[in-house]
Amino acid sequence: MCITANVEPFLVKDCALVTIATGKKAQNLKEMREHLLNIHLGSIYHHFWGGLLRPRFDDPEYNNDFAEWVHHALQDDILAERLSVIDPDPFVNLESLRQELLEVIEQRLDSIETVTWAKPDMQFHFVRSQMVVFDTHDKLEEPEELVQAVPKMSVGSIFYHFIDARRRSPEMMDDFRTWLRACGNDDLCSQVAEVDPYFGSLVELRGQLADLFAKHFFRGVTV
Amino acid sequence: MTSIQDYVAVTGENVIDRLRQLARPLRGMKVVHVNSTYVGGGVAEILSKLVPLQKDLGLDVRWEVIRGEEAFFQVTKSFHNALQGIPVPLWDGVFKVYEETGAQNSEELRSILEEADIVIIHDPQPLPLLRSCPNRKGKWIWRCHIDLSHPYRPVWQYLRNYVMEYDASIFSLADFAQPLPHIQYLMPPSIDPLSDKNMDLTPEEVLAAKLQFGLDPDRLIMLQVSRFDRFKDPVGVIKSYRLVKAFAPSLQLVLAGGEATDDPEGAAVLAEVRKEAGTDKDIHVLLLPPDAHVTINALQRGADLVMQKSLKEGFGLTVTEALWKGKPVIGGDAGGIRLQIVNHHTGFLVKTPEGAALRARYLLRHPDKALEMGRIAKELVRQNFLLTRNLQEYLSILVALVYGDQERIELQLKSAP
Repeated sequence: MCITANVEPFLVKDCALVTIATGKKAQNLKEMREHLLNIHLGSIYHHFWGGLLRPRFDDPEYNNDFAEWVHHALQDDILAERLSVIDPDPFVNLESLRQELLEVIEQRLDSIETVTWAKPDMQFHFVRSQMVVFDTHDKLEEPEELVQAVPKMSVGSIFYHFIDARRRSPEMMDDFRTWLRACGNDDLCSQVAEVDPYFGSLVELRGQLADLFAKHFFRGVTV
Repeated sequence: MTSIQDYVAVTGENVIDRLRQLARPLRGMKVVHVNSTYVGGGVAEILSKLVPLQKDLGLDVRWEVIRGEEAFFQVTKSFHNALQGIPVPLWDGVFKVYEETGAQNSEELRSILEEADIVIIHDPQPLPLLRSCPNRKGKWIWRCHIDLSHPYRPVWQYLRNYVMEYDASIFSLADFAQPLPHIQYLMPPSIDPLSDKNMDLTPEEVLAAKLQFGLDPDRLIMLQVSRFDRFKDPVGVIKSYRLVKAFAPSLQLVLAGGEATDDPEGAAVLAEVRKEAGTDKDIHVLLLPPDAHVTINALQRGADLVMQKSLKEGFGLTVTEALWKGKPVIGGDAGGIRLQIVNHHTGFLVKTPEGAALRARYLLRHPDKALEMGRIAKELVRQNFLLTRNLQEYLSILVALVYGDQERIELQLKSAP
């Protein structure tokens, strides 16, 4: 327990994703729009955030699967850029994110004369995922323990606590901030809020968080 | 027999620890895998590794194999080809042979299958078993290892009637998924890092393989390992080799593949390859027996350039194998190769022999870059395409099936053992 504030300990969890084919696929922008109208919201989540759990070796050219497909399969870089700039974080829920996607795509459909077709083997496959969450049996009693714990966390734990938490929390906040705030550590909480989850891999995010916690708690201390 | 603990050296303790945690709620669960052979082929190879590891994690796992006469396997071979898009003749009685063999096998297996919590049926051969188990209590999954992206419709329409009755399917890629009334999971295949084909070898073993086939160990080697199949474009590889050889005269080419006894086109393609090779003594066309795993391992480790210039490809485990050995791969921009070759990072995706040649020259000219790409390639496989990852996905799917179609499944917290 966070003794100073009488707060429950931070239970470190891990997760594994199960990928599921929806059976829906698009070969042009109109088909993409049609499917987006009704596609399972989990698919929109997957195509925005699932990339974090796939291999990445540098900064991705585009930040979500929709933009990536529009660039590679349709070669429509104007739309790819507009889709890429959609940041899923501020949207209150996935339905409003769906509406934003549709808005951008419909605007583009209004402005083009012909619809480009992707090659048959370059179709967009709508995929969604199920998350299996399990306990690691690690629990942190005090915020200082984050310094040791975060570097050892699996990327699944980082995904669950830093990315997926935003969907679980009413304030759309990651688990680290929720806990730190409860522990009365508002200063550190603000610093965590500045870590942008939308760029870089989970390994990089883990590194950023670990550095941030280390600097905060060891400030002025020679290690 | 390998145990889950043996993989710690390859994947690290954390990965194995996660597997144990994930398996905890499945302990004691009766799982039965059913396929059509204990030996030979990729499915048997994967099951021979997966089943002991699942047992080691506490699941009550059995592996059953159906039996059949030659006529049955002729039918299922033609089904296999048809599902991969080849039109096959459907003679009178073809479905009867299939159904009767299914019924015969169900007599032997019924009690085991009906008692199981999970039954995983691999590929089309044992599909009819489900209908013969009316008192089944568990969930039944069809694991399709085949490229089902463009099936020959008459055969797929027939088999689909069986598949539709299952609780779930598993496909290797999203491209292979089909309109079906149940949940379709996606799970790419994997390689076993401890198998003969992928285990570490000594430099002496690699050298011995080169000498065995008359290769000059002091000269450059370009390699493609694949069946002699037009979709693998071996003739295109020879063209690439010739374009590279103009700049690297010491280059040797090895095209290594299995004997094509079950592939009616194999002999014809092999003849085309030999004709294209002509009298060039630096082109080595190797016909290897099906168990030449260590030889293939050594050739992959000894190669300076690895190609997989497929025009179509289901997944391309030969790419995975080469990447695991720290080799960047020059591969055709097709199918599952795209999942593995991250362009300019783990290799190069190409569309033509000319493109392949250009990338090959680049890798020869930049050995440091090739080394770095190889390091990333190995890491890519470690994170995504090893047997342990496959095992994690199997366990996750079993958990998902047991807990239902909710987006987030929170396993019950239990105290650590």
